[in-house]
Amino acid sequence: MELYHNITINHYLVLAAVLFGMGALGILFRRNAIIMFMCIELMLNAVNISLVAFSKMWNHTDAQVFVFFIMVVAAAEVAVGLAILMMLYRNTHSTDTSVLNKLKF
Amino acid sequence: MEKLVTLIPLFPLAGFLFITFLGKGLSKNFIGGIGSGAIFLSFVVSILVFTTQMHGAHPTVVKAFDWITAGTFDIDISFLVDPLSAIYLLFITGVGFLIHLYSIGYMHDDEGFNRFIAYLNLFVFFMLILILGDSYLTMFVGWEGVGLCSFMLIGFWYKDMKNNDAAKKAFIVNRIGDLGLILGMCLLFAYTGTLRYDELFISERAIGGLPTEVATAIGILLFIGAMGKSAQIPLHTWLPDAMAGPTPVSALIHAATMVTAGIYMVARSSNLYAMTESAGDLIMWAGILTSLLGATIALTQNDIKKVLAYSTVSQLGLMFVALGMGAYSTAVFHVITHAFFKALLFLGSGSVIHGMGGEQDIRRMGGLKKHMRTTHLTFLIGTIAIAGIFPFAGFFSKDQIIAVAFEENKLMFLLSLVVSACTAFYMFRLYFLTFHGKFRGTHEQEHHLHESPAVMTLPLVVLAVLSVVGGFIGLPHAVGESMHMHWHWLDHYLDGTVVMPALHMDLNTELMLMGLATIIAVGGIYLAWLKYSKRGELALEDKDITSATHKLMLNKYWFDELYNAIIRKPVDAISKALGSFIEPKIVDGLVEGTGAATDAAGGKLRLLQSGSLFFYILAFVVGLIALLLYI
Amino acid sequence: MLSEYAFWFLSFVAVFSAAGMIFSKNPVYSVLSLIITFFAVAGHYFLLGAQFLAAVHIIVYAGAIMVLFLYVIMMLNLNKLEEEKRSLWSKSLSVAAGGILMLVLLAAVQRTDELNSIAAGEFNAAMGQTKNLGNVLYREFLLPFELASVLFLGAMVGAVYLSKKELA
Repeated sequence: MELYHNITINHYLVLAAVLFGMGALGILFRRNAIIMFMCIELMLNAVNISLVAFSKMWNHTDAQVFVFFIMVVAAAEVAVGLAILMMLYRNTHSTDTSVLNKLKF
Repeated sequence: MEKLVTLIPLFPLAGFLFITFLGKGLSKNFIGGIGSGAIFLSFVVSILVFTTQMHGAHPTVVKAFDWITAGTFDIDISFLVDPLSAIYLLFITGVGFLIHLYSIGYMHDDEGFNRFIAYLNLFVFFMLILILGDSYLTMFVGWEGVGLCSFMLIGFWYKDMKNNDAAKKAFIVNRIGDLGLILGMCLLFAYTGTLRYDELFISERAIGGLPTEVATAIGILLFIGAMGKSAQIPLHTWLPDAMAGPTPVSALIHAATMVTAGIYMVARSSNLYAMTESAGDLIMWAGILTSLLGATIALTQNDIKKVLAYSTVSQLGLMFVALGMGAYSTAVFHVITHAFFKALLFLGSGSVIHGMGGEQDIRRMGGLKKHMRTTHLTFLIGTIAIAGIFPFAGFFSKDQIIAVAFEENKLMFLLSLVVSACTAFYMFRLYFLTFHGKFRGTHEQEHHLHESPAVMTLPLVVLAVLSVVGGFIGLPHAVGESMHMHWHWLDHYLDGTVVMPALHMDLNTELMLMGLATIIAVGGIYLAWLKYSKRGELALEDKDITSATHKLMLNKYWFDELYNAIIRKPVDAISKALGSFIEPKIVDGLVEGTGAATDAAGGKLRLLQSGSLFFYILAFVVGLIALLLYI
Repeated sequence: MLSEYAFWFLSFVAVFSAAGMIFSKNPVYSVLSLIITFFAVAGHYFLLGAQFLAAVHIIVYAGAIMVLFLYVIMMLNLNKLEEEKRSLWSKSLSVAAGGILMLVLLAAVQRTDELNSIAAGEFNAAMGQTKNLGNVLYREFLLPFELASVLFLGAMVGAVYLSKKELA
């Protein structure tokens, strides 16, 4: 179905999938906690894009409200996450997650 | 006016909650006042509710709240106000109030005073639910509730192991009966789809479609429930042991109210029992056997409360005889009069025990009439009432049962006369041994002897008055008509609520029966007087008893020993076998094996928890891929 | 026509700057690349008629969240990251896993052909406007909205508590 001139819902879904996959790849590839955080934001945004595209497709605002709430949660998550990161840095003087391997039996 | 009915159980519940949660540190008189005041308020409301049923039955269902709602299936707690429940309400709250009042005096020096009053309140609450419930299910809630309270109150003095055993026995024996009741309810629901009295018996007559065999089965199962609660053979053994509880408990629960719940239930189901002959026969035979058994055992007992307990068993048996013969209103009549005089006798015995400083053996009493005038007089009235002497309450109700038996079944008639004679004999034996002759207790006890305080004697007096006049609510038919007095009021009152037997008796037969019953009763009294008062004989010490029948009766026909041998011992043996083989080998093996397996698996699995974030995320992503591929 | 070009342009910008974010050595550059990605995403929102969301997106993500990231980087003084020592094996494994995930997702999208057969509804230009969204948000979603504010409060308290010096 065309959302607008020549662009269909599939285009947007592909875009979302690519961005999501890149986010996942980034999380796997990098060990720096800040970068990993940013990758998570990227993945959330990928999902948001698909939601807004669906909203357009169905002519319904519920999906947009959903996006709104995802933003809310993302903001809260970043606030707490970065605070944890600060703590982490204070204790280990590093933002490398590979030092965080104490949580094992 | 009927709407007020929801208030009736609320007062005792409020009393219970108040005393339980806020009662600490308040004075005993205040707590007692709260407890009895709650019941008194219920009593007042009960009178108001009762007036709505006075002039013709006017059944009303008052919905209290939704209980279970699931789709189209919903159960609400509703109260049914009709003549039967109204009259039960009246005597339960009335007698209950008097017994609460009495308890204030009786339990005054007990450290568990608050707990006692709270339990009594809770009991009355459940009893009212039992009576007021508009369906078998609601009734069952109350049924179990009173069982629980009975358990707690029998074992009230829990420091003595004997009392706890008695409480457990009552609870367990009642469970057997309750199983029957549950099965009966299930069967009824399976066939009719409802448990509401209204839909079952009146508006939709849902029981109309029941095959006779099913009706019989339901009737028998329900009766098994009644057997447990109302102490009928073979489930009667708990009631005498239940006397381990404080005396007001014996009076309220194990004489006046709870044990008559079985009679209430059968009377409530009268439409069902009218459909089946054989269930009625079973009830009748169980009733008369119980009655004979109770009466003969009571002849030999020496514990003042045990005599009364077996007397209760016997009287309950008579009520079931009436039920079995289809005379439901007659049974209800006897329930009411019995509540008056048996509560009176128990409270009187409590007063005696109180005065004797805890002594319950009548062989250690005697000559108490000089010391306890009010108690003596009221106890005498109760004794005459239960023996069945005109015009005391017991006369009318017992005479009605005998009259019905005369019409229906001559064998029952003869046996009930035997019971009647025994009743008169053992009650007067008790009376003479307790109040006449010389004092046989210790010197210390004699010194201590005193009349009970007014708060205890007042209920005695009120109950004594009721025991005298209570019979007039049900004058015999023929006699009443010949005197142009429409005073066989109870039958009219209950007409339409329970099924009425068709009794056609002319005046002469009725008078003849009344005369016969009186002669029998007087004969029993005379014998007792001759033996225990004129000749001054005393009850034998246990070791002096030689006659085999006497021993048999004294030991309650060895029912307890029989149950021990055929039920408890095998169960014990099986348990032992299971305990020594199945438990350690199979059950423990399974349990410990599960534990060991989990432990081993955990030991391996924990290696996966490497602590490396990278590994976790990788596993997560791989899992996600697998999931998406699967879809 | 113009919108079609806009789509391709914004998509390429988004994907390339996302790649830049992942592979840049300097975290500050990563943050800046991500901000560019977010602007591109906001552009997509505009194209899809969600004007309000586009505005909120820029304000929240570019304006607040990314600034927060920058702040943290500044405070921790992370201009140059010490080079991560990682085995080739784990690097290739992560690239493989990420790549496979992306392929699987794309394959899944390709199987949703039936979506294209759905007839277009009547386009409502006002749908993404603030007024419209506000109506939905404050009527149907009032309770989640209020809960979200509680969540924020919790997050705020948590963040303040965690970053207190004494804790360390």
